[in-house]
Amino acid sequence: MLDVHGLNKTYEGHGRTVEALRDLTFTVGEGELVCLVGPSGCGKTTLLKCIAGLMSPTRGEVSLSGRTVDGPPPGMAVVFQEYGRSLFPWMRVRDNVDLPLRHKKLAKAERRRLVDESLEAVGLADAHDAYPWQLSGGMQQRVAIARAVASQPQVLLMDEPFAAVDAQTRADLEDLVRDLWHRLGVTILFVTHDIDEAVYLGERVLMLSSSPTVVREDLAIDLPDARDQLSTRSSPRFAELRARVYSQIQHAKNPTGAPAAGAPVH
Amino acid sequence: MRAGDALRRTLLVVALPAVLLTAWWVLSASSTNIYAPPLSQIVEQFRLVWLEGGRFTADVLPSLGRLAAGYALAVALGVGLGVALGSSRTARQVFEPLLELFRAVPAPVLIPVLILLTGIGTTQKVLVIASGCIWPVLLNTVEGVRATDGVLSDTCRSYGITGSARLRHLVLRSASPQIVTGMRQALSIAVILMVISEMFASDNGIGYAVLDFQRSFAIPEMWSGILLLGVLGVLLSLLFRVFEGRVLGWYAGLRRAQRDG
Repeated sequence: MLDVHGLNKTYEGHGRTVEALRDLTFTVGEGELVCLVGPSGCGKTTLLKCIAGLMSPTRGEVSLSGRTVDGPPPGMAVVFQEYGRSLFPWMRVRDNVDLPLRHKKLAKAERRRLVDESLEAVGLADAHDAYPWQLSGGMQQRVAIARAVASQPQVLLMDEPFAAVDAQTRADLEDLVRDLWHRLGVTILFVTHDIDEAVYLGERVLMLSSSPTVVREDLAIDLPDARDQLSTRSSPRFAELRARVYSQIQHAKNPTGAPAAGAPVH
Repeated sequence: MRAGDALRRTLLVVALPAVLLTAWWVLSASSTNIYAPPLSQIVEQFRLVWLEGGRFTADVLPSLGRLAAGYALAVALGVGLGVALGSSRTARQVFEPLLELFRAVPAPVLIPVLILLTGIGTTQKVLVIASGCIWPVLLNTVEGVRATDGVLSDTCRSYGITGSARLRHLVLRSASPQIVTGMRQALSIAVILMVISEMFASDNGIGYAVLDFQRSFAIPEMWSGILLLGVLGVLLSLLFRVFEGRVLGWYAGLRRAQRDG
């Protein structure tokens, strides 16, 4: 469904050439929830922007349902990390969610239904009339998710969406993502630098090397489908998977140095 | 509690002007200087000249009409050009030197030129007002448009919001705090230029009337014209504040949230 093939992004400027992405190839199947995890500064955001059609790659290509992405494709919605800057502060919550729908020229009743349903789905049924800046960070990110969901995307891209919220809110939002994924059957590509988050959320975890980036490993997460912050995170299998991802990321950070000595003990 | 707050605020705002006006009234009451007549006389003339004497329709309305036209023209052109320049670095590079040059020319010096080009009628006066107050609108719009947030921009693109929808929902709205600042500065410039333009080759308007009274030694009448301009300035700024509250209510809230958060 979402195919990334031989993707390379090289920045040039000021007499300096920086190869951010070297050669990335992977596929996200229809209805999958895949997490991308990599060391900080490994070009995750560059990759996501290339996939979202917001940036064109230097080489290689991205295609969605067989069609090459050369601009933001319809049927793709992006949730950005900076929730405070991705919602329109001059619009109420309702209008923020409604704007992409208005642009798609949907009928008024249909738009209203989608806005109501998606705000309900993220647990903000009574925030329609608030302005984004009247809400907490976690609630703002819920609005951004509701906006993405309301536009009925085939693919939902999430760029470290919970990196800027506190730990408890983050746990709630992770469960919200799993819940929406179950209910809507949408394909999700979730970018994060948080190893636990990647293992907890994903059906698959793609581990990236540090920049210039390649895919180091594609790991299937064979945890039970019903996940729970408490029991899933304390299961032995979770610890094994987490250790596996952790050591790969450590390798990625020190490709020439000694391999990291197993998983850390918390 | 809230009503008390409002009362307190009103008192604070009104107190100083009230004290000053009372002082003027008392100190000028026994004035025999013909150039500084008692305030009571000026107020009396104010009523006779501007409210009852027919000058309201003969002078005030034409003045306000030209003010509105010149100001509207400046805002329309300033925002339009500002959006174009703010969106394109190339356009900025090409036009910036030219704009710096034009901006450095004081608008009143254009009056003789505009009289030659467009005559001494309404058009010339409207153009004088517009040519002076376009600059704060234009320059602030350029800055506001340049500062459009990258994440919001990406959000619009990824939802396919482009072209005029992007302009309406993103560019103009996010630049609106700066645009409104420019408009506020432009408004006071517009009033000044309205008066100045009426002091040259004119046969009506508040500026013309004040000059005419001064030349015919109708000193209380002259002062009443100045008082009228003061009152007009206050009313316009109140009106502007209502407009600002409507357009930028979100911005005030956002700023407050950022300060408290």
